[in-house]
Amino acid sequence: MKKTLATLALAATMVAGPAAAELVFPDLSYRTGPYAAGGVPFSDGYQDYFALVNARDGGIGGEMTKVIECETAYNTEKGVECYEATKGQGALIYQPLSTGITYQLIPKVSADNIPMHTLGYGRTSAANGKVFEWVFNYPSNYWDGASVAINHLLDENGGDLNGKKITLLYHNSAYGKEPIRTLEELSKKHGYELNIIAVDHPGQEQKSQWLQIRRERPDYVIMWGWGVMNQVAVQEAINIRFPMENFIGSWWSGAEHDVTPAGMDADGYKALNLHRVIDMPVFADIKKHVHEAGNAAGDGSNVGSVLYTRGMYAAMLAVEAAKTAQEIHGTAQITAVMMRDGLEALEITDAKMEALGMPGIGPSFSVSCEAHGGSGMALIQQWDAAAKVWKPLTDFIESDQEVIQALIKDDSEAYAAENSVKPRCQ
Amino acid sequence: MLYREAGDFKTRYSDDGQTFPIKFDRMGYYAVIAIAFGIVPFVINDYWVNAVFLPFLIYAIAAIGLNILTGYCGQLSLGTGGFMAVGAYACYKLMTSFPDINIFFHVILAGGITAAVGLVFGLPSLRIKGFYLAVATLAAQFFLVWLFNRVPWFYNYSASGQISAPERTVFGIPVTGANTSAWASYMFCLVFVFLLAWLARNLTRGTVGRKWMAIRDMDIAAEIIGVNPLTAKLSAFAVSSFFIGIAGALFFSVYLGAVEVGEAFGINKSFLVLFMVIIGGLGSIFGSFAGAAFLVLLPVLLKNVLVGTLDWPTDLAAHVEITIVGALIIIFLILEPHGLAQLWRVAKEKLRLWPFPH
Repeated sequence: MKKTLATLALAATMVAGPAAAELVFPDLSYRTGPYAAGGVPFSDGYQDYFALVNARDGGIGGEMTKVIECETAYNTEKGVECYEATKGQGALIYQPLSTGITYQLIPKVSADNIPMHTLGYGRTSAANGKVFEWVFNYPSNYWDGASVAINHLLDENGGDLNGKKITLLYHNSAYGKEPIRTLEELSKKHGYELNIIAVDHPGQEQKSQWLQIRRERPDYVIMWGWGVMNQVAVQEAINIRFPMENFIGSWWSGAEHDVTPAGMDADGYKALNLHRVIDMPVFADIKKHVHEAGNAAGDGSNVGSVLYTRGMYAAMLAVEAAKTAQEIHGTAQITAVMMRDGLEALEITDAKMEALGMPGIGPSFSVSCEAHGGSGMALIQQWDAAAKVWKPLTDFIESDQEVIQALIKDDSEAYAAENSVKPRCQ
Repeated sequence: MLYREAGDFKTRYSDDGQTFPIKFDRMGYYAVIAIAFGIVPFVINDYWVNAVFLPFLIYAIAAIGLNILTGYCGQLSLGTGGFMAVGAYACYKLMTSFPDINIFFHVILAGGITAAVGLVFGLPSLRIKGFYLAVATLAAQFFLVWLFNRVPWFYNYSASGQISAPERTVFGIPVTGANTSAWASYMFCLVFVFLLAWLARNLTRGTVGRKWMAIRDMDIAAEIIGVNPLTAKLSAFAVSSFFIGIAGALFFSVYLGAVEVGEAFGINKSFLVLFMVIIGGLGSIFGSFAGAAFLVLLPVLLKNVLVGTLDWPTDLAAHVEITIVGALIIIFLILEPHGLAQLWRVAKEKLRLWPFPH
């Protein structure tokens, strides 16, 4: 039986063989499992943007794009399977939308010479391009996010957090643990007291954690949650009557579906965001060229939502990088290696974003050989439960680069030493 | 016609006692070994090794390990994921602390460390049985995962709590890390599978295995005829954990390269390996392989057929895949509660009588 299975599977992989003359963008998505609520809109946005580029602009530089979707269910074993299944089909760039899968793929993409872009997730120290040649995490990373949240609290408290109690509620995984070190460093600098509380995967059970929060009475709770953990945390915070305006989520804990189940009580909950969520001309284009043509990814109901916008933003950055790569190498048929050059020379300006129909979607930034991390800025948004919209509370806030760059340097150099990577860009 | 004992004469008792007394079986076994060692490494590519062969081989080791404990000795365990984590973290600590020692020995040492841990968690089995023991091993599962999450020493104080396997070589050929060629990691795991399966087979048909089975079938009777439950049960726990630890070490270092304990070695893993053992067949080495193949290959095959060939949407395919695998498990267990191994046995019986069944 084993052999029959093997032959059948071989036949199946053969059929899905390489397609010539297309720019291939694999989409390692998850539309099933406890994280699907976040995975679906992101993937819809990602795919719709490529469909838009094909339908409206005739592809990138005349080359049509092709998205190969592969279901990972946020599971690292399936993520590896998806990577191996798609890499031979001319994949230009990977965006796995999972910190766990990112950690697995970092050595693999470096060996296979395929770039990976982890937009606001993944390994933070990959911002150091000297060590991580194939990995990019602009425009902002977790440590920036943690610092932006603290900077926002500093603003609210007149620049002084001395004696304040801050609790970090985090998903007990590589993703959730990322901000701990930054928050610890910042607590030394600003004198607040930090408590950390872990929530195990998938995060449906948080009673004891919130009991602890209720006992400790922190001034602020910062949350690094994803998937079903977010909804539960918001509901539990309401149950213990924690003031919602003192509850700040990361940018993966700030989508519509995270707060709507709690109804009106979730009003005032804050979250970070990497980009603005506003009505942009590009959504009209997507509706016209993609949805009306019947090519919508998923059920087409997510246009304009937080994570849809983020998926589209990720796709836009990939498309712009591909354009840059085409300019650098003077050919429309770029390879993964050329794509990397495009990612490294990428420059996002306000004019460019406006021309693409997404004015002010994100901060302007440029990438260089050393700096793969972008501007490191993020904004704070607040949930308006009556209008059911996320309202931007601040403009893009800068992070504490002095603290973060030192941490990035330490962590990336430790990685370089462990894996004997020679620093580039000398 | 093809498959029969007639004409297969034996002149020594040891010939009768061998693992494959029927010539046709023996030839089949040699052929599988020859293909696995002599042909597969030359034709294998990255996809096949990472999506099919490595998980199959590694889960087969884990399933053999659990089968020794549950299938042969009758002690139900839900701590497999936790013990795999012990193997993985032991291997990681050894790899990073003693980079000059060959990874082969690290993997074996990781198995040894897991055996010691398994021994400790096996102690309650002397007092409690059945479901109560399952709950005690469940405690091991949660405790071990919590421990590896909680104590930064185990993950060398990395910021994310992930452990990543650095590059290590055997005879100058990398078998862990990113620059590993497909055949090298396949061969590395295959050698372990071959040695461990051979060891398991010979343990289970010798004195040790017979003691385990005596305990399984009726522990009081076994004690009366002189089987010491202390040594029998604890040796089953130690040997089983040794296998599972090696599986965990390979799972981390060769297969995934980077793991996070809660995600990779959670309770789901314990259940997955237990299902492999139950579907494959309790108390059968072949069943461990069959169960691992069933639960590793079938989802990959279904995914490739549904998404790759039929072009279904990935979410629909994922849901259908779960449904089909679940339905097949139920159907198999209703039709043949003793698993794939029993199906295989029945098929062989039929073949031996064919074409003249009586």
